[in-house]
Amino acid sequence: MLIRKPSSIPSSAITPKDQYVNRRRFLRGALTGAAAAGAAALGAERLAEVLSPRIRAFAGTRLQTVKSPLTTTGEQLTSFEDITHYNNFYEFGVQKSDPAQNAGGLPTRPWTVRVEGLVKKPKTFDIEALLKLRPLEDRVYRHRCVEAWSMVIPWVGYSLSEFLKQCDPLSSAKYVQFLSYYDKHVEKWASETTINWPYSEGLRMDEAMNPLTLLTFGLYGEVLPNQDGAPVRIVVPWKYGFKSAKSIVAVRFLDKEPPTTWNDQAPNEYGFYSNVNPSVDHPRWSQKTERRIGLPFWQQRRTTLMFNGYGQEVASLYKGMDLRKNF
Amino acid sequence: MKHSTVVFLKVLTWLVCLGPVAWLVWGAVTNTLGPDPTATITFTTGLTTLRLLTVILAITPIRRLIPKLGWLIRFRRLLGLFAFFYASLHLMTWVALYAGFDLNAMASDVLKRRFITVGMAAWLLMLPLAATSTNWAIRKLGGKRWNRLHKLVYAAAVCGVIHYWWQVKTGVLTPMTITIVVAVLLLARPVLALAQRRRARPVAA
Repeated sequence: MLIRKPSSIPSSAITPKDQYVNRRRFLRGALTGAAAAGAAALGAERLAEVLSPRIRAFAGTRLQTVKSPLTTTGEQLTSFEDITHYNNFYEFGVQKSDPAQNAGGLPTRPWTVRVEGLVKKPKTFDIEALLKLRPLEDRVYRHRCVEAWSMVIPWVGYSLSEFLKQCDPLSSAKYVQFLSYYDKHVEKWASETTINWPYSEGLRMDEAMNPLTLLTFGLYGEVLPNQDGAPVRIVVPWKYGFKSAKSIVAVRFLDKEPPTTWNDQAPNEYGFYSNVNPSVDHPRWSQKTERRIGLPFWQQRRTTLMFNGYGQEVASLYKGMDLRKNF
Repeated sequence: MKHSTVVFLKVLTWLVCLGPVAWLVWGAVTNTLGPDPTATITFTTGLTTLRLLTVILAITPIRRLIPKLGWLIRFRRLLGLFAFFYASLHLMTWVALYAGFDLNAMASDVLKRRFITVGMAAWLLMLPLAATSTNWAIRKLGGKRWNRLHKLVYAAAVCGVIHYWWQVKTGVLTPMTITIVVAVLLLARPVLALAQRRRARPVAA
């Protein structure tokens, strides 16, 4: 008589219990997986696009714009290529070419901007609503980095004051703070520095209300590329570039000076005001001259202008102030 | 080592060392030095200097650890002169493209800006080393004194690293790699010397 010995391996050890109990779901899953693989094979490129969108996923879209009386004239524009491949956006790496390579993962939709602090009622604005709040203007501005290089950029946006009016700040609000997007999983390069993220910047209320201060959505007539601070940023043309916070998620009204990122890092090098000022040197380099980006090296050097050439519009904001002390 | 091998390796060293400057010249001619050519030139010449200094500093510890590689010493002078060459190009970038040959601007830079002061010090420390690199100078000074003088390369490398740290923004850690390499190479000297002394110590009876 043949006596079969039972297998020493129970079936439960071969297939996990939850899988054989749910074998129908497993089959369905396998089929879906196969279908997905088939679809992927058909549209591998499209799938790759969905999984890892290119930097200009939303950038490149034309924006409806109007002319602006506040645009800067008589300057040769810096090329789109240079404006989008020479960036300081340390959340995406410290080298100038890093943000163009790494900012692709910045999720620019959906996007909201929180309004909080000293306001009648905290609110949240959707990016689509912000885009429609006012006609978008083409505004060429000189852009002067604290590192002594400069560009001329055709931004697209409207005066920040138009937006701030919609926020209903209380009369006690004297300063406005801008907080940038921060997610250490999306912006893993941020840890290459010792900066306390998120990036924070701020302006005095009257600076923020000056018509030159631009709530910015685009450049060269197109939606901002991620590396330039998409989907919405501030541009303050008479201050060093780092004052113009990128990828803004919150606007906070305060009664005192907000902490700002570079000022926290090195208060002796980056003041709260940080107006472009050729007579106040950075401790480590002169601010008398600057290098214009995109020119051959023998043509780059040029004189830096007080308030970056916007003195007529903004000098009155600082009447009676010692700009050497309040640098 | 065979003469032909030495010649081959020397030619190779020349080609590798001329690479960065050739790349810069080509880039200047074709206008492909990136958006900020001045910064590209400054960064490339500075970083090449530091890299060559680390290669030079690596030679002695490597020879100590692997006596078979003793012939590496034959390349040190060439590498040292190339390091000085790049340091000088780096200095000239500042003189021409930053200070615009303005002596006042240069003087105030050196006095006021510590990263320039320490960078200038690094170049000045390398100057006598380049000047005494000939066989004639070695004979004239005598091996011992020449050796002692050329210890200045340690100070030059340290100044170069400090120059790098003081130039970048606070919170930026890019100079970390080269700092660690230089630190390891400098510390390797006393460590290896100690190990050697231990080995040489006679066993107590």
